[in-house]
Amino acid sequence: MKLKLATVALGALMAAAPAMADLVVPNLSYRTGPYGANGTQYADGFNDYFTLLNERDGGIGGEKVQTPECETAYNTEEGVECYEATKGSGALVYNPLSTGITYQLIPKVSADKIPLYTPGYGRTSAKNGKVFEWVFNAPANYWDGASVAVKYLLDQNGGSLEGKKIALIYHNSAYGKEPIRTLQELSRKHGFSLTELPVDPPGQEQKSQWLQIRRDKPDYVLMWGWGVMNQTAIQEAANIRFPMENFIGIWWSGSEVDVKPVGASANGYKALTFHGVGTGYPIYEDMKKFVIEPGKASQGGQFVGSVLYSRGMYAAVVIAEAIRKAQELSGTSNITAAQLRDGFEALEITPERLSELGLPDFGPEIRMTCDNHGGSGMARLQQWDASAGKWTLISDFTQPDQEVLDPLILEDSEAYAKEAGISPRC
Amino acid sequence: MLYREAGDFKTSYRDDGQTFPIRLDRWGYYAILAVAFLVVPLVIDSYWANAVLVPFLIYAIAAIGLNILTGYAGQVSLGTGGFMAVGAYAVYKLMIALPAVPIIIHILLAGAITAVVGVLFGLPSLRIKGFYLAVATLAAQFFLVWLFNKVPWFYNYSASGQINAPERTILGWAVTGPATTASAKYLICLVFAVVLAWVARNLTRGSVGRKWMAIRDMDIAAEIIGVNPLTAKLSAFAVSSFFVGIAGALLFAVYLGAAEATEAFGINKSFLVLFMIIIGGLGSIFGSFAGAAFLVLLPVFLKNLLVVQLGWPTDLAAHLELMIVGALIVFFLIVEPHGLARLWQLAKEKLRLWPFPH
Amino acid sequence: MEFLYASEILLNGLMAGVMYSLVALGFVLIYKASGVFNYAQGVLALFAAMTLVGIMEGRVPFAHLLGAVFGIHVSSFGWTVPGAVAILLTALVMVGVAIAIEKLVLKHLVGQEPIILFMATIGLAWFLEGLGDVMWGADVKVLDVGLPQGISETVETLTNDWLGYGFFIDRLDIWAAMIAAVLVAALVGFSQYTKQGRAMRAVADDHQAALSVGISLQFIWIMVWSIAGFVALVAGIMWGTKSGVQFSLSLIALKALPVLMLGGFTSIPGAIVGGLIIGMGEKLFEYFIGPMVGGATENWFAYVLALIFLVFRPQGLFGERIIERV
Repeated sequence: MKLKLATVALGALMAAAPAMADLVVPNLSYRTGPYGANGTQYADGFNDYFTLLNERDGGIGGEKVQTPECETAYNTEEGVECYEATKGSGALVYNPLSTGITYQLIPKVSADKIPLYTPGYGRTSAKNGKVFEWVFNAPANYWDGASVAVKYLLDQNGGSLEGKKIALIYHNSAYGKEPIRTLQELSRKHGFSLTELPVDPPGQEQKSQWLQIRRDKPDYVLMWGWGVMNQTAIQEAANIRFPMENFIGIWWSGSEVDVKPVGASANGYKALTFHGVGTGYPIYEDMKKFVIEPGKASQGGQFVGSVLYSRGMYAAVVIAEAIRKAQELSGTSNITAAQLRDGFEALEITPERLSELGLPDFGPEIRMTCDNHGGSGMARLQQWDASAGKWTLISDFTQPDQEVLDPLILEDSEAYAKEAGISPRC
Repeated sequence: MLYREAGDFKTSYRDDGQTFPIRLDRWGYYAILAVAFLVVPLVIDSYWANAVLVPFLIYAIAAIGLNILTGYAGQVSLGTGGFMAVGAYAVYKLMIALPAVPIIIHILLAGAITAVVGVLFGLPSLRIKGFYLAVATLAAQFFLVWLFNKVPWFYNYSASGQINAPERTILGWAVTGPATTASAKYLICLVFAVVLAWVARNLTRGSVGRKWMAIRDMDIAAEIIGVNPLTAKLSAFAVSSFFVGIAGALLFAVYLGAAEATEAFGINKSFLVLFMIIIGGLGSIFGSFAGAAFLVLLPVFLKNLLVVQLGWPTDLAAHLELMIVGALIVFFLIVEPHGLARLWQLAKEKLRLWPFPH
Repeated sequence: MEFLYASEILLNGLMAGVMYSLVALGFVLIYKASGVFNYAQGVLALFAAMTLVGIMEGRVPFAHLLGAVFGIHVSSFGWTVPGAVAILLTALVMVGVAIAIEKLVLKHLVGQEPIILFMATIGLAWFLEGLGDVMWGADVKVLDVGLPQGISETVETLTNDWLGYGFFIDRLDIWAAMIAAVLVAALVGFSQYTKQGRAMRAVADDHQAALSVGISLQFIWIMVWSIAGFVALVAGIMWGTKSGVQFSLSLIALKALPVLMLGGFTSIPGAIVGGLIIGMGEKLFEYFIGPMVGGATENWFAYVLALIFLVFRPQGLFGERIIERV
């Protein structure tokens, strides 16, 4: 009885949902739960860029963009619920900011033919567009990140890591385990030794891992962390007086929320990134004029310019450019999800284009094709300046070691193709 | 007047012993089954299947399983998430290893494997009681999840430790994998839910169920009158884990399609299922369904109400949702500690007299 | 050398154990006095820490809700409150929470089965979690009440001189140990030597008998929940200083449960000893056995240890002996 009543009530609600005619880019965000502090900033950046386009240019190609938000709490089941709830509204592309939800959605978007854009997270081997027709992960993936970090260390050591000790401290989950295979390959190639230190999520207790680091004295520590694990790790590193400049985090371990709780002792901590940070870009003048000052900023514009905000905005920039490309290719402004996929596959974001957008040198050059859904994989390093309270970029965009990565990507994607019965295209 | 228990005369033992001895109950049951099997699959769309009905059915199975252990046999368990993970990983390994065997057999085998694991973790219940046992079952929860996360054999050495369900069919219809239609997903879960609920109903009103209840009400007294606590407790763990394992297998293979132990089968899952049986009613099969429906529908309902209708920011809505669900749980416990099943019973009693209340 | 490392791990384990005990203490207090297994203790710690930060930074409670529903955009009162005052104010808020819990929840559940009370506290945990976020926002908050952090150099130089190897001890851990000692002494003193403390123990022994000699159950419960709220505040300060105040703080309750199993639900010394054993055991296990099985064993080891222990002693180390009669 109860069920039926609720069903009726719910049916009434569902029916009353507004019909959507514009371009729909659902924002599967999470502003609650263990990772809510991180997810909030990303979602704000994502929303604000589309708001800017709507307010300043009247949308993309004359079509307004809607970003209906759906809260996933970083939970795979709620992610599926959000996906199902929004896909009927003509959703063009998904960006769930969760490796777990991405794995969940890969088979679903392939069946429903909707692109999935996972910049810097998700399934690494989705770079192989031959197998993953609907998934895009440009500009960089976890394996690129691992390789760029090692390359940076090579640079620091005059081209050789022979005999060096590197420790990897990682979130004990699908996400944290991703780089292990690459780092093992790289350690064979460059002759450094690799110690793996898993931390069970959420990761508030890392004393034994850091005592081990203190005892083994590795030359460098790499980190794949998320949420509270980041702050705790940086705090513990400061506690054992591990030299911060030898401690490098992946891009998900390098935002303000990770270093600020630690205070001054976090100074010098490094992290990878694939985009710029701060409000020093020309686009923020428009952002201020059209979005922030009229009070249209997502959630009050508290985090404008932060690392994760910039990343959310960057994801929105890439999606917007892909939409533009798709409109150009198909000759219609009201594109479909399948047309957007073609747009992604023909997407080129040159440095000139970025400058035009008001974001000079913000991200690497992106060029995607039918078989390359991951772009160049270039990333750079940033360093935390605790006294100024901001991140500064310390290296240029660096190419990852494709020689090592390509075979790994091929192997993993082929294994998936076999498991899922996909015959490669292109 | 509307609901009558009297005047329903039985002329054979067979009639008297059937699953629903009261005629009205039986008709209602057949009517619901007819709607569920014949009408719903025709009208279901993928939103309703994936957001509401499939999770409802799967959680109902898990809730029945936990209800057998907690509601009937009185052993509080917080290890449900871990046991669901056993079912999920068992079915995954079986699907990969023996692709020729029908998926139904795989799911049943996954349940059986979970039953064995459940008995193993049920052994301490012979010594440990009450809250100590509840916390002890958390050992199963954390250890199992860790195990599936750590041993690469369980996830077939994939880079990230995620497992993906390959496509399997029944009579040519895909029931797992991305090509599965909404109605196929719904139907396979429905079949399992109906059959298992029927099994549970008959187990609990037979001698096994009576032994469980004797143990629940007072285990020393039960032992004195000749109930063997060893077999009674362990059989409860076995049957309960079998159900929970099947729920886990369905959750992974049919509903999610991909899973990761720490994320999909964490401690929250254990609490969620426990809530379902508390809200639904301890020691009631109907209650398991009602509780599952309540806790699957409520968040979806609130989300739609607050975000879609009122247009509030999603984070605020999510926080309020937590508050509302939490407050409702407390409210329910205060108003009706015996759950929705008890409310249903009261409603039936009212209906018996209606429209003449005196 | 190996021995020195092991003893360093052991010492740090003991320190970590103190942190677990801080959370476990709150559980024991409430269980002892009211028979309620209070799952919300972890969330209480989170809520207390959030409130403390909110007060210190002069944040406006419910700012986000006001903004979204009424269009009033205020986020800060524009003042800051010194740590000591803020702690005092937060303690008052926790008393308020205790009163509300007693009036709205516990009063209506007197005489229910323990499992029902347990479930009610889980509902309460969800409610408080949502309330904390709505009140103060879900961002990571920095908590600084002036507790020192980082390696203790005194210990390091001392051990280096004596043993040739500098031990690592976190100054925050040392402080936590001292605060825990003071807290336990105060609690024991309170329950042994004050009128209210004796009344509390009487209630713990037997509700009915306590009622019949004129002890107000209601008052005792409010008092116990207030004390537990205060203990939660202390735990929240310690954990919050360590890793920022955020949602994950509520999960420390899961660290405290095996401590309770081991020490017994009803014993304050048990919570401390249990915490020490668990902290020490899990760190040593992670150190010696962890690398062989792939690490990250800390989440389950404590539970398995407690489970094995319970099989031999079902009421925990210091728990009251379970006497069963038909």
